[in-house]
Amino acid sequence: MTRCSLDMLPVGEKGVICSIDNTRIKNRILDLGFTKNTEISTLRKSPAGDPTAYLVKGSVIALRCEDARSINVSINNGD
Amino acid sequence: MIDISLHKHSAKQEVNSDLSKSKYDFTFALAGNPNVGKSTLFNALTGMNQHTGNWAGKTVSLEYGSCKHKDNLIRLVDLPGSYSLQHDSPEEEVTDDFIKSNDYDCVILVVDATSLERNLMLAVQVLKQTQMAVLCLNLMDEAKKQGISIDTDELSLRLGIPVVETAANKNRGINELMDKALDVASGRAKTFAVKSICDIGNRKSDYESRAEEISDLCKKIYCNVVDGTGQRYSSFDRKLDNIFTSKITGIPIMLLVFALIFWLTAYGANYPGEWLSAGFAYIKEQLSALCGLINMNSKLESFLLDGIYTTVSWVVSVMLPPAIIFFPLFALLEDFGYLPRVAFNLDRFFKRAGANGKQALTMLMGFGCNACGVMGCRIINSPRERLIGILTNSFVPCNGRLPTLMAIVSIFFASSLTGFKKSLVTTGILLLMLILVVFLTLAVSLLLSKTILKGTSSSFILELPPYRKPRFIKVILLSLKEKVLYVLSRAVMVAVPAGAIIWLMTNITVSDKSILYYFTDILSPVGEAVGVDGVVLSAFLLGFPANEIVIPIILMSYMSGNVLTEYSSIYELGVLLQSNGWTIVTAICTAVLCLLHFPCSTTCFTIKKETKSNLWTLASIIIPLMSGLFICFVINLISSFITG
Repeated sequence: MTRCSLDMLPVGEKGVICSIDNTRIKNRILDLGFTKNTEISTLRKSPAGDPTAYLVKGSVIALRCEDARSINVSINNGD
Repeated sequence: MIDISLHKHSAKQEVNSDLSKSKYDFTFALAGNPNVGKSTLFNALTGMNQHTGNWAGKTVSLEYGSCKHKDNLIRLVDLPGSYSLQHDSPEEEVTDDFIKSNDYDCVILVVDATSLERNLMLAVQVLKQTQMAVLCLNLMDEAKKQGISIDTDELSLRLGIPVVETAANKNRGINELMDKALDVASGRAKTFAVKSICDIGNRKSDYESRAEEISDLCKKIYCNVVDGTGQRYSSFDRKLDNIFTSKITGIPIMLLVFALIFWLTAYGANYPGEWLSAGFAYIKEQLSALCGLINMNSKLESFLLDGIYTTVSWVVSVMLPPAIIFFPLFALLEDFGYLPRVAFNLDRFFKRAGANGKQALTMLMGFGCNACGVMGCRIINSPRERLIGILTNSFVPCNGRLPTLMAIVSIFFASSLTGFKKSLVTTGILLLMLILVVFLTLAVSLLLSKTILKGTSSSFILELPPYRKPRFIKVILLSLKEKVLYVLSRAVMVAVPAGAIIWLMTNITVSDKSILYYFTDILSPVGEAVGVDGVVLSAFLLGFPANEIVIPIILMSYMSGNVLTEYSSIYELGVLLQSNGWTIVTAICTAVLCLLHFPCSTTCFTIKKETKSNLWTLASIIIPLMSGLFICFVINLISSFITG
């Protein structure tokens, strides 16, 4: 198990959300289903490298790098 | 410090604008996440043609409609899509206020069956407030295709309300849905409060633990009712996104897509344009003969035919052909789900300009109508960025200006070419203009975010919907109908009075000179400084009510000097303009001014409504006007330097 912020989760990798820092977008992303213990994977980066699209609860949500930084995920290396 | 807080759109205020609810037997409200097909369902039920599109945030305010079901007259309210009732955006507040108002007999909770877990999160929040509801499992056809099967009985038990499977875009399940909603509204069907839903937020009430509770509950429900390993973001979506949003092909393909749309419009609009002009000219001859037959006063005849009829026919034959090609194509792109990808691709650039990628979406809406684009800015969450979006929206050439631009381009930049080549050159120039518009929007956004709207860009959170196979025939027909009606109604409402006023201005003379002459005379020094003439400037000024009438005004002013010139094609229009001293510089400057002057009256009114500020409305006029005049001044300076 390693931990990192969501913006560091490489494209194609899966992680599980373990915490979200208190930022102004916290409530909005909670509403979108970015809650603790939710599985999340990085789908792709936009042509200019930012924002990045993530797959959460079956939906694709794009977030900017600095917003993704406030989300901490754990990656199960055993997989 | 300038106040940038924007007006909150409260549900109560908007309800006032509706017809009284007393004449209806029941009121049903459609609630759900953005882009789950609420508007499609609304249209299917009401027979109305509210615009739908495959992206989140298409509907930003309450929409009302009515329908009849089993002899009950039902008022339908389409709520803007929201992810949560614990809101921090204006459109979510509208939904929350409405649900709390109890101003309904049944809430139809529309959920996307292909993304049930996330969608249930809003549903349970609504169910905590009210049990007068039915769950509409929409997009069931797509879910089945993806191998998702849902145990509706179990779901109904766990939510305490009836559950109906539908496919609103195929009109499936809608009758049953209305039956169930009617049963709930009239008390025939018993709904019940589920303990786990009512308990949400009872233990800990902070936002995060509430959200987690909701999320855990929905996950539990989801795991118990859904069977199948279906993936909403399929490998097909993945493949398409590899093309549309990849580093290498993303932006070139975006340009290609727009080039293709412009090209088809430029190429295709020629023919119906010619037919319409010829048709209108023929009818005019007949009408003129008729006037002669009944010995109509020649002044009156000229007023009716040269004033009103000609203006209307010009507005229709210039505006209609591009509109009926451009907008159906655009609607297809929208239905396909491409537009959010544009925002995704461009966000980085908007961010650098201190703005938001969602502004790209509002710009695209601006192609249809800037007033709609301005209202669409509600999808931008930060008030500062929303204002930037509002102030710069009129840079995008709307329905009333794009055809004017196309006419100018085809006369002055591609006049020696014909057919295919001509359309290619026109497309190229239009594409350049589009790029110019984007750059200018970014530059002005940057300038605003460094000066009067100081601040760093906030956040960009956007859902990318799955691609959907466009419903070709339906979308094309709907969009055609909408645009034909739109253009024709504008022609009647705007071109008739405008034609009358312009005719009077050109025909009422004071000491041998028409009123319009004095008007244009005053403006000509300014006009000449920016590379055009007084006529063009006065046309833009008089075109304030609607940009469609700019070209007719220019034409009539030029023709008032001559004995009536008949014109029936773009070519003759070119001859007329050239004989009035138009050069390529005049054409460029007119095109620039067409892109950048001031928003039309409707747009200004909408800006006032959205910003609740005279100052910002004024800014929205001054910013494009000053940019336009400045650019034209520079162009004129350079050209006179070159030509000596």
